[in-house]
Formats: sequence, structure tokens, C-alpha cells
Amino acid sequence: MIYEIRFHGRGGQGAVTAAELLVKAAVTEGKWGQSFPFFGAERRGAPVTAYARISEEKHFIHSPITEPNIVVVLDKKILDVVDVTDGLKEDGTLIINSSRSFPKESLKKFRTCIVDATKIAVSLGLSVAGWVIVNTAMLGAIIKAVPIVTIESVMNAIRNNWSGRIGAINAEAARRAYEEASFL
Amino acid sequence: MIRVLTGNHSVAYAALLSNVEVISAYPITPQTQIVEKLAEFVETGQLKAKYVRVESEHSAMAVCIGASSAGARTFTATSSHGLLYMSEMVYWASAARLPIVMPVVCRTLGPPWNIWNEHTDFLLVRDYGWVQFFAESNQELLDTVVQAYRIAEDERVLLPVMVGLDAFTLSHISEPVDVPEMDLVKKFLPPRSNIPYVLDPSKPFTFGNLAYPSHHMALKFMHHTSMENVIKVVSEVDNEWNKIFGRSYGILDKFMFDDARVVILTIGSSAGDAKEAAKYLRKRGVDAGVLRLRLTNPFPAKEISNILSNVEAVAVVDRNLSPGNGGIILEKVRSSLYSSKNRPFIKGYLAGLGGKDITVKDYVKIFEKTLESYKKGDSGTEWFNLNLEVTNL
Repeated sequence: MIYEIRFHGRGGQGAVTAAELLVKAAVTEGKWGQSFPFFGAERRGAPVTAYARISEEKHFIHSPITEPNIVVVLDKKILDVVDVTDGLKEDGTLIINSSRSFPKESLKKFRTCIVDATKIAVSLGLSVAGWVIVNTAMLGAIIKAVPIVTIESVMNAIRNNWSGRIGAINAEAARRAYEEASFL
Repeated sequence: MIRVLTGNHSVAYAALLSNVEVISAYPITPQTQIVEKLAEFVETGQLKAKYVRVESEHSAMAVCIGASSAGARTFTATSSHGLLYMSEMVYWASAARLPIVMPVVCRTLGPPWNIWNEHTDFLLVRDYGWVQFFAESNQELLDTVVQAYRIAEDERVLLPVMVGLDAFTLSHISEPVDVPEMDLVKKFLPPRSNIPYVLDPSKPFTFGNLAYPSHHMALKFMHHTSMENVIKVVSEVDNEWNKIFGRSYGILDKFMFDDARVVILTIGSSAGDAKEAAKYLRKRGVDAGVLRLRLTNPFPAKEISNILSNVEAVAVVDRNLSPGNGGIILEKVRSSLYSSKNRPFIKGYLAGLGGKDITVKDYVKIFEKTLESYKKGDSGTEWFNLNLEVTNL
């Protein structure tokens, strides 16, 4: 089984870092993983995508992900401009950063999980230059929806990536999102 | 230590482990991360190298030539237009017998302007007298760049080495990479010795000056025969690497090959997708295999000719174009087989130009099309997934 995950965010939100942290967490469990950005010109604020592939065994694939089984949306406003379900497998899972009111009826045919990652990030003071950084919270929600790796591995990968307080509050964001994420 | 690294950072770690002494480079997408990371290593003192900033790739290679002539272990990296811009100095470096190592992140040449993957840049310089490798994974990339210094500095070779990697589909993909211990690498790769072609004021010698035709021809013969030693040296170095680090790659990477009837022959990270396609077809009763060229120059003609003699059909997938001639690797493979008694059926595919994706499903199609063409005896070249309607011309 290969988990193929696509992240939708805006340039600067940390989608690429989230994909890489998921791979780092998988590697600590002896799994194989790959992460990569969309290969194009990226601008802060513009819709961007990032990808991760996680599997038990090493594989040889290097081509892009076109039929993900998990789609992660870091900013729900992207739903108005990008078809985030493009190529998503029928039994796929959607994980959306959203408050309780669910943004789009048409997404309900997929297994959908929501989490208010923005609220969690704001409460922990996770922002850079006015940007709320939701990527680490979203990682917690992904693990709740699909147990690709354990939440402990994710928290460890986060703490290994940023030392001290920054690592601690990002790991806490993941933990809270893991607890708060819920299926529709 | 297992680290999750991009292809570009795998290259930078390899340069760090090789204890390079002089780095000179000019940034270009998608190579920039390599020299950024190396600048960081130098700035933080992890790597005791001289980092020489320059205004162009031509000057970057000129600095490398100077530094390498003075006996320093020298590194640069480039891509696409950067490689073409430095090309005069690229030729000079090999003819001057300087063991410079240069990763090339292979990117399409414009116009139209394009930052994505294609191998035409790398293959255009195949006759520049450099040893050329092409990597499939980040692990192989790191290992090959370190091995490259051993091969380049071997007194039977004394030539620069280029290591190709795919723009984005390797340069920007993060994968687990086992980064070897520095102490072990030091044993494998001792400091560069004071070998011929190094300037030494106590033994004055002239290099690169005007030489008469007979001298020139003698030096070309020496360059050519050193190149002929490369395959042997590459195998030895790879075996030694295997003994210390437990990984080996060979000249040719054979996958599900030995009993294969139909084989895809290609280079780079995309060969991995071809391998997944072979795995898929094996489960469905097709004897599919993959042959990836790791060493692309000197072209391992004899080795290819020997091992393809038992294969029925070969698909050569070229991610490059010589306009009017077709795929460069196809041409090389065909001529390698000319004097072979058992020549397989060969079909060429021009695929993935300008960074167009070649997926696992595409490779399944290529295997199937090749078997069909084999039955029909249609050995022409196919432009795979070509769509002419997009141009409006």
C-alpha cells in the first residue's frame, strides 16, 4: 500500500514543509517516503500544491502524484479556485482546515475530516509575518483521519526539525489537531 | 545516518563528505539549492573550502580550472543554459586533464523558456571528454558524487566527471538517504595526491600553451586511452564502495533483466517508474525488464551489446532530441549493436521532452506498444504522447 497525499495551500503556509515532515516521521518508523513541491514558479499567497508518498517498502516511483488517496486543504478559500478533488480516488479522504460550518456540499461524497487548524495555530501564537502557520496542526489531523504513522512520530519529527520552544508549540499544534479533528 | 534529503542537498552533502577545497558556481534553477547549501556549509565552518563567487558559469569553470591546476579538489554545479554558457571551459577542463566534479541538474534548453526536466543539455556535451554518470535516486546521487572524485583522481583516468540528475523529479524530491560517516569516506577517498598535470613551481612545466600538431595528436591519444580505462576503474571503485558502505550500482543497472524478453532502456530517475511498470507486467505474465545506463560516457557499448543479445525487443526511451536525427541514446545503442550477431528488435521513443511526465502507466503502454511493434516489425521512432494541437501554429 502506498499512501499518496496532495497538500493544497498558499505559498508561504508551509505545505512543502508539512509534506517533508510526514516523510521524516515515516522514516523514523522504518517506512519509505518521498515528498516534493509542485514543480513550477511559486509565489507567496498563490495557491500551491505539495506531495508526499509513504509506503512500508521502498519503491522506485519518481513521477508526480495524479491520483492521490488523501487530499489536505490548508486554506478553505482555495476550494473556490481549485478543484481539490481532481484525481482523488473514490474511497479517498479529504482533510480540510475549517471551522464547524462545512464549506462545500459537493465534497461530501468523500470521506471528509475537518479541523479548525487556524484556531489552534492562533491560540499557540503560530504566525510568521502576519501569516498563520497551520501546517503542523494539519499533520495531526491527517494522522487522525488516516493512521499513516503515529502522532508520536509526527511530534518527534516536528521537534527534530525545530529545536526548543518553536518545536514544542508546533508539536502541540499537531497533538491538539489530532484530538480535535472530526469526520463529517 | 538516515536523513531525508532532496537530490540537490544529497549532492551538497556528497561535496561536504568529499572535503572539496574550492567551490565556484553561478546559481541557476533548479541547481541553486546545491550551491546555497554548500555556501551554508562553508559559512558555518563545517566545510573548510574556498567559495569563489563569479559573474557567470564560464567564469565558474575557469576558476575550477585554475584551482584544480593548482592541485585543489574542486567542485561546481550547473544546469541547462549555464552548461552551454560555460561550454568552452568545459572542454578545456577535460583536455587539461583536471579531475573536477560537476553535477548537472538536467533542464530543458529554451526557447521556449522552460525550467523542467530534459536530458539534451547533458547529452550535448557527451563528446567533451568528460566521464558522465546519470543517477536514479538521491542515495545513488550522493554515493556517485563521492565515487566521482576517486574515479576522476585515479591516475589511470585523470579526467573530470559530470553527474547528471533530473531537474525537479530528482533535484527537488526528498527521500531517505543514508549519509555515510565522514571517517569512512576519508578512508575511501584520501586527499588528492600530487599527480601529473598539477602546477608545481619546483618542477616547472608548460600546460595549455601553443603545441604543434604532433604533440596535440599524442595528447589526444592519451586522453582517449584514459577514457578507455574508465569502465574498469568505475567497476573497481564501485566494488570498493560496496565493501565499505554496502551499496553498489555498476555500469548498467539491470532490473528483472536476466530472463526478460522485452526491455526498456533509459537513464535517470524515470527508470524507476519503468521498473514499477515491469513489476506490474510481470504479475500479468509479460517478461518485462529494465536496463538503466548509469555510466553514459564513455558509452558502455561492449557491455550493452553483450547483455542485449538474449533480449527479443528493446524500447529505448530518450528524454532528449537531436532535431532531425531523433534520440541520442537510441543512436548510440543501435551503433553499439552493429557488429553483434544476435541483435534484438529496437524501437525508439521520444518522451517527456520539456518536462512532460512519463508515469508508470505510460511505461506500461511503452512495453505493450513495443511488443506490438515487434510483431509487426515496425522499428521506427515514436513521439510518445505528442499533442500537436496545443501550439496554434
